[in-house]
Amino acid sequence: MNTASTRAPATSAGSPLLEVKGATKRFGAVTALRAVNLSLQKHEVVALLGDNGAGKSTLIRCLSGVHQLDQGQILINGLPISPRTPAEAQQLGIVTVHQDLALFDNLSAAGNFFAGRELSWPRWAGPFGFLNSRAMNVEAEAALRKLQVIIHDVRHEVGLMSGGQRQGIAVARAESTCRLIMILDEPTAALGLRERRNVWTSVERLRSGGASIILICHNLDEVFAIADRAVVFRQGRNVGEAPANPQYREQIVSMIIGAEEPAATARGE
Amino acid sequence: MPSGVARVLGAGFLLLRLGPSLVLLILIILSSILSPYFLTTRNLQNLGVQSASTAVLAIGQLLVVVTRGIDLSVGSVVSLSTVVGALAFVHGYSAAVVIAAMLITGAAVGFLNGIILTTTRIPHPFIVTLGSMNVVLGIALVLSGGVAIVGMPSVISAIGTQYLVGIPAAVLVTLGWGAIAAVLTNLVKWGRWIYAVGGNPEAARRAGMPVNRILVSTYVLCGLSASVAAVIISGRTNTGDPVAGSLLELDAIAAVIIGGASFFGGRGTVLGAISGAFVIGVIRNTLDLMNVSPYMHLIAIGIVVVAAVLLDVFRVRLESKVRSLQAEGSS
Repeated sequence: MNTASTRAPATSAGSPLLEVKGATKRFGAVTALRAVNLSLQKHEVVALLGDNGAGKSTLIRCLSGVHQLDQGQILINGLPISPRTPAEAQQLGIVTVHQDLALFDNLSAAGNFFAGRELSWPRWAGPFGFLNSRAMNVEAEAALRKLQVIIHDVRHEVGLMSGGQRQGIAVARAESTCRLIMILDEPTAALGLRERRNVWTSVERLRSGGASIILICHNLDEVFAIADRAVVFRQGRNVGEAPANPQYREQIVSMIIGAEEPAATARGE
Repeated sequence: MPSGVARVLGAGFLLLRLGPSLVLLILIILSSILSPYFLTTRNLQNLGVQSASTAVLAIGQLLVVVTRGIDLSVGSVVSLSTVVGALAFVHGYSAAVVIAAMLITGAAVGFLNGIILTTTRIPHPFIVTLGSMNVVLGIALVLSGGVAIVGMPSVISAIGTQYLVGIPAAVLVTLGWGAIAAVLTNLVKWGRWIYAVGGNPEAARRAGMPVNRILVSTYVLCGLSASVAAVIISGRTNTGDPVAGSLLELDAIAAVIIGGASFFGGRGTVLGAISGAFVIGVIRNTLDLMNVSPYMHLIAIGIVVVAAVLLDVFRVRLESKVRSLQAEGSS
């Protein structure tokens, strides 16, 4: 089970919002996750760390409904869930911003913001209801302004926008649908410094708004700046965790590269 | 951000968006200079009737192309629909039944195309509809015994041959169908979804859109469009003809591309598709008026199609340029 190589988590006790128990996922002969555990408290920001192939992405794909676990459980507030599609995960309160952002280049910023949940009338007409474009534009503009994403006109296509603007739209969209947990997969990888800061503040705002966040990030300074706790994966296993604080830097790095004392990893079986 | 450059690029985009209508306008002006007969009422009516069926087919094809698809079966569907209609009429069914049978034929073929595409792992709609193109044509030939069946209800003949205040009924049907399609694509949620699916199918799935149902619906509407075109065509000739629609799918696809739709998906408008159909019509018509051999028509249309796709490639390149300019401007 969890290693004891680090101190206790920096969060208050209490039943966790999200718990992953013994998660195992195989792709053919490859075992991407081996009995992985993870817990997430309310208002907590947890960073998943690890090298490529450590299993971080597989785990979040299972949480967000892209893949399903072969073994193990995902619990939200103590109740088991098994999202089969991203839409189902969203209904359960888990929203993911994938690395590729999943934007529609040919739609406007507002169109992207409301993709899949367009405002339309009359209700009973379903997919053949008329789009309420004005209301969507107004609402999308307000949401983006709140996020300090600078966009000249929300009716413009996002295909022509900069990396920061695109990121901002994806995060704003996730934020507006997020009820419990937001998963951010390398949210700042393609961004300049100022745009990174915007993402950090939006993480902070989400947390104070009551959400919990799972973050995949390779930049330790960034993890220390925004996360509460760092959970380290290697080769599909938990290898340990530590408070996201610069004083644990060496410990975290050694866990990531596998130089930690063998006792920590051997017990992952 | 260098606003001067942006303005020039903005103007470029506007020009590209208006492209098809602009090309049509220029062609019309050119044609009226080249031939004194072009702007006569009689000729314009002919042009309208001839282009109407292509335009209706192009409207349906557009919906499919927007979702990154293609439907090669529409020509065969036209043939089969006219045969089904003529057979129903010959067997004494009323006009309403005949029209219903024709429309159901197209919608059914489209539905099957869509279902096969979304439930099998056949890699591209090109293959699926290449198959149904042959199968449907085969069925039309079997049902008709390989010969044209004469006789259509008077309502259908009227659509093919009558005029309303000088405007051919076929053109009015086209405009009506186009208006419905324009509302569906621009103002309705379903329309937003087909552009989303064409722009990024994976993201559409993640956003909870019913991607497979959306795809099937576009093929149903494309098949239905082919049936509407069949009504126009069989009305003009008063027959059900198993080869009435041969090669029409190529004109429809050409019209959609000339009309500014992109094979990369997610782009294209109903107005553009109709304009594209009329561009082809005007080229044919003018070359006819100038006594140019029909063989040359093919060459001219082929060149226009390739030029239209080049424009699309150019647009994509322009977009990436604008994006990099904006990235520079914002960081």
